[in-house]
Amino acid sequence: MRRVIFLAPLALFLLVAGYFAVQLLSGRDPSEVPSALIDRPAPEFSLPPLYAGEAGLSTADLNGRPSIVNVFASWCVPCRVEHPMLMRLAEEEGATVFGIAYKDDPAASKAFLEELGDPYARIGVDADGRAAIEWGVYGVPETYVIDADGRIRYKRTGPIGPRHMEDDILPLLRELGS
Amino acid sequence: MSAARWVIALALLLGAAAAPGPAHAVMPDEILDDPALEARAREISKDVRCLVCQNQSIDDSNAELARDLRLLVRERLEAGDSNVEVKRFLVDRYGQYVLLKPPVNASTILLWAAPALLVGIGLATVFVWFRNRRREALAGGPDETGLSAEERARIDRLLAETDGAPDDRGAEPGPNARERR
Repeated sequence: MRRVIFLAPLALFLLVAGYFAVQLLSGRDPSEVPSALIDRPAPEFSLPPLYAGEAGLSTADLNGRPSIVNVFASWCVPCRVEHPMLMRLAEEEGATVFGIAYKDDPAASKAFLEELGDPYARIGVDADGRAAIEWGVYGVPETYVIDADGRIRYKRTGPIGPRHMEDDILPLLRELGS
Repeated sequence: MSAARWVIALALLLGAAAAPGPAHAVMPDEILDDPALEARAREISKDVRCLVCQNQSIDDSNAELARDLRLLVRERLEAGDSNVEVKRFLVDRYGQYVLLKPPVNASTILLWAAPALLVGIGLATVFVWFRNRRREALAGGPDETGLSAEERARIDRLLAETDGAPDDRGAEPGPNARERR
């Protein structure tokens, strides 16, 4: 009985150290806020188009097939980093990618897409950032995977890396039958 | 340093001391005309986390998103929302993490109960410790000399033997006899 009591602090230490080790090695970013919107319908929003004469983007556009909604801005450096991933999703994986231009000068958005390529089927311009608040956006880029019923199934805050592509987005799109 | 420089330095120091508190992030153009609504907006803002700079409230933060959220809070208040409704609006979009003070519910009950729980465990440990000690003392466990009942009995027996045993070497008691007793 005595011995057990003396071993208790050691056991407690190992438990705590083990927990820390798991958290450290998991590669999870603790400053990332889990989305409150997962498995909930996409929020109500309606945005004007970036290119005059084209269609804008609103909630109704998200119904009917799985899609990806990407919040971007020309002034956002990580958006440049992830852009090839979005191009790949649209061109090679055949995914429907929608864009929300967040607090960006339309001319700058257009120049950005001209330079890097335009993966977006539709682009909505969120000049005052209000639609982004509906989406729970707190930093660009943010990317959502929406199922055919218009429900948010996945959210990535920050640039999409190869790991997020292979481990999360592509398997989910396959599961949703994109 | 010349006298003029000293005067300037002193003036700057006094000026800094007289400045009203830490500068706030709330811009004059954000402030509502109705002081009661503005006061409520400030109260709500102090409890809402700025998600860009996660340990500041939107009331303190200069981040652009914080400004957007401050304006949103004021807009909702002007539209007639209660404080609770405004917070629920934000929680619906950003999750409970947006509140600096987590509400008591099923997922946070451990967090809230932990201090009381730890004090309880500590008190229980101390109580059990003292109770066991008293029980051991009553049951003849180690007393303040650190000897168990068995050990004390053995000492008594040894002492009794030395006193009562016939001395082979004659009637004269040894020099240590008294000590031994």
